[in-house]
Amino acid sequence: MSELLLKNVTLADNSQVDIHIKGDRIFAIGSDLSTTGEVLDCSGLMALPGFVDLHTHVREPGKENAETVLTGSRSAVRGGFTAVSAMPNTNPVADTAGVVEQVLRLGKSAGLCDVFPIGAVSAGLNGEHLAEIGAMADSAAKVRIFSDDGKCVSDPLLMRRALEYVKIFDGVIAQHAQEPRLTINAQMNEGVVASELGLTGWPSIAEESIIARDILLAETVKSRLHICHVSTKGSVELIRWAKSRGISVTAEVTPHHLILTDELVRGYDPIYKVNPPLRTNDDVVALRAGLADGTIDIVATDHAPHPAEDKDCEWASAAFGMVGLETAFGVVVTTMIRTGLMDWKRLVEVMSINPARIGGYGDQGQPLEVGAMAHITVVDPKKEWTVDKQALISRSSNTPFHGSTLTGDVIHTIYRGALVLKDQRVMGGENVSNG
Amino acid sequence: MKHLLSINDITAAEAISILDTAAQLQNLTSGTVKKLPTLRGRTVVNLFFEDSTRTRLSFDAAAKRLSADVTNFAAKGSSVSKGESLKDTAQTLQAMGADAIVIRHGASGAAKRLAESGWVSASIINAGDGTHEHPTQALLDAFTIRKHFGPTRSDFVGLKVAIVGDIVHSRVARSNVLLLKKLGADVTVIAPPTLIPYGIESWGVAHSFNLDEDLESFDVVMMLRVQLERMNEAYFPNGREYSRGYGLDEVRLGRLKAHAIVMHPGPMNRGLEISAASADSVRSVVLEQVSNGVLVRMAVLYQLLAGPDQAATGVLA
Ligand SMILES: [Zn+2]
Repeated sequence: MSELLLKNVTLADNSQVDIHIKGDRIFAIGSDLSTTGEVLDCSGLMALPGFVDLHTHVREPGKENAETVLTGSRSAVRGGFTAVSAMPNTNPVADTAGVVEQVLRLGKSAGLCDVFPIGAVSAGLNGEHLAEIGAMADSAAKVRIFSDDGKCVSDPLLMRRALEYVKIFDGVIAQHAQEPRLTINAQMNEGVVASELGLTGWPSIAEESIIARDILLAETVKSRLHICHVSTKGSVELIRWAKSRGISVTAEVTPHHLILTDELVRGYDPIYKVNPPLRTNDDVVALRAGLADGTIDIVATDHAPHPAEDKDCEWASAAFGMVGLETAFGVVVTTMIRTGLMDWKRLVEVMSINPARIGGYGDQGQPLEVGAMAHITVVDPKKEWTVDKQALISRSSNTPFHGSTLTGDVIHTIYRGALVLKDQRVMGGENVSNG
Repeated sequence: MKHLLSINDITAAEAISILDTAAQLQNLTSGTVKKLPTLRGRTVVNLFFEDSTRTRLSFDAAAKRLSADVTNFAAKGSSVSKGESLKDTAQTLQAMGADAIVIRHGASGAAKRLAESGWVSASIINAGDGTHEHPTQALLDAFTIRKHFGPTRSDFVGLKVAIVGDIVHSRVARSNVLLLKKLGADVTVIAPPTLIPYGIESWGVAHSFNLDEDLESFDVVMMLRVQLERMNEAYFPNGREYSRGYGLDEVRLGRLKAHAIVMHPGPMNRGLEISAASADSVRSVVLEQVSNGVLVRMAVLYQLLAGPDQAATGVLA
């Protein structure tokens, strides 16, 4: 049985321990532990439960030139994630048991982290008929999260039925909240910047009106609703109100919405083109406060890789989306920990415990305790580093953070007891070309 | 000045210098000499991704009167349709030795992207990018206003200008607001609320939903083209109602100040935003705008391509 010892590592509660891993489990936690296996000196480093991403676009099947399950898994472990959730807007769409099982298999064969497929709500993401939700739930992938992400389930009847239907197996509908009629040809946040730039606005109300409706639907049918990538101050207020009423709603915020604003669009560089769009400083402040106070439950990356040519063009033709797995932790530390808005215990909740709970991801998101499955992310909480898009592990390099300095980086990632990232080197799948 | 992408890129003094250069060019080319040798051996490419015969012809004439070699590249209707090809097309033109690229594109920001992406090294002139800007239109409009209200004045302080119509989708409006404000004019935009841009308060202009309210006070009334398709997107009920509320008809024309001028960037929808009688009245300076367009574009090409020192002195070699 393989063994691994993390020496002198700090936990989220600031205590310093050794963690002894045997096989895939945590065997012992204490001081002065020893092993016959590998020893990693973790002085100055922190051990946290492995991060769990609830919103990842791995692009396979269909767009392997942007990312594959393997390259996405490598990118994930570089970012400290021991589980990702594959969004179904692939080609073919993950709307049948066959496709979700294919993604599950690809994840297992990559073997670097858990890849949990998310199933489509509607067949072909067309927003008309329910996809084979039951078959996906019963499949080997045991899908529990359903989403038409990229598109909104805008038909209130379909949304109501989907929320009701997933109650069979305690599933959850993850809504990409975007009223389509209010966002025809929308290019960026509706606001003074869009007005000056002559770009069609994507108004906050297009997100908030769907969230308001869906909160009421979830309350009515007593089902579970998850709101993807909340981006506006008004959305935070609506979700806060819903939670105060005891409605079963959870919400995520992306790292980029915690730090970037629509002012960045002034240069028309499509690297900043994302959906939902970058908003205003007021929104950023509200999102940070919502994440800190528990209104927003999790950070999710919305990792959206695109090949260079999809961004190397004028704004209107460019694809929406940013890669985010490898910078998520640094952005969260920079925006939430360094600012004093959040402590490490809360970071563990929003990046590991809560997403695993929402997804029902069994042995993920567990406290670091003896006997627990060894999904561990070892980070340097103080490290300052400059993001270099060429150095990303992802097959795509569309990061908005190129050249930015972040605080906090991932050093080692342990998945089922195996060191899948060691000293920031991914230990597997090296033979894939990166571009 | 390397590029002309937005009115934001130039100072009031630079704008006035362009207008002065245009006036000098008018004097120089009004007699028997129609053509100047200034840009001999330089290549200007008109890269048009959108149909706009009048703007293209205007740039074409401007470049030719300065003796530049002109290549017209109409990208619309060819295989060029998507983003990547902006880069490819521009690089092809660069390889053909373009010194300046005049670009008209349906996407806001396309000219800036071309200038700042590192794809090409040529000077870029924005001849209209989506619903963003059309800086040479604003300059030719300023040139026209100056002719009527003081050909040597260095600012527009005290002038009251109304811009009427589809402000939200108008690149002409955006560039004009920026330039007129820069020059000190008092600007009011007038449109139904659906066609007023979000956050107009931050533009530093007055706005009104009522064309009749203050019509007697304006020195310049600039009518914008309204596309009838907008009624399908619920911006207004139909052409008739738009016309009644925001069209410049004879009654409204009659209420203007004696010296007021009526402008329109063209092409006009006669009977929609402007009646035929208003378009053809003595107050209308629409045809002057067209001829001034060539002069102002000559001045821009001259300043971008003939070198900063010459441009700064305003002396034509
Ligand atoms: Zn989405």
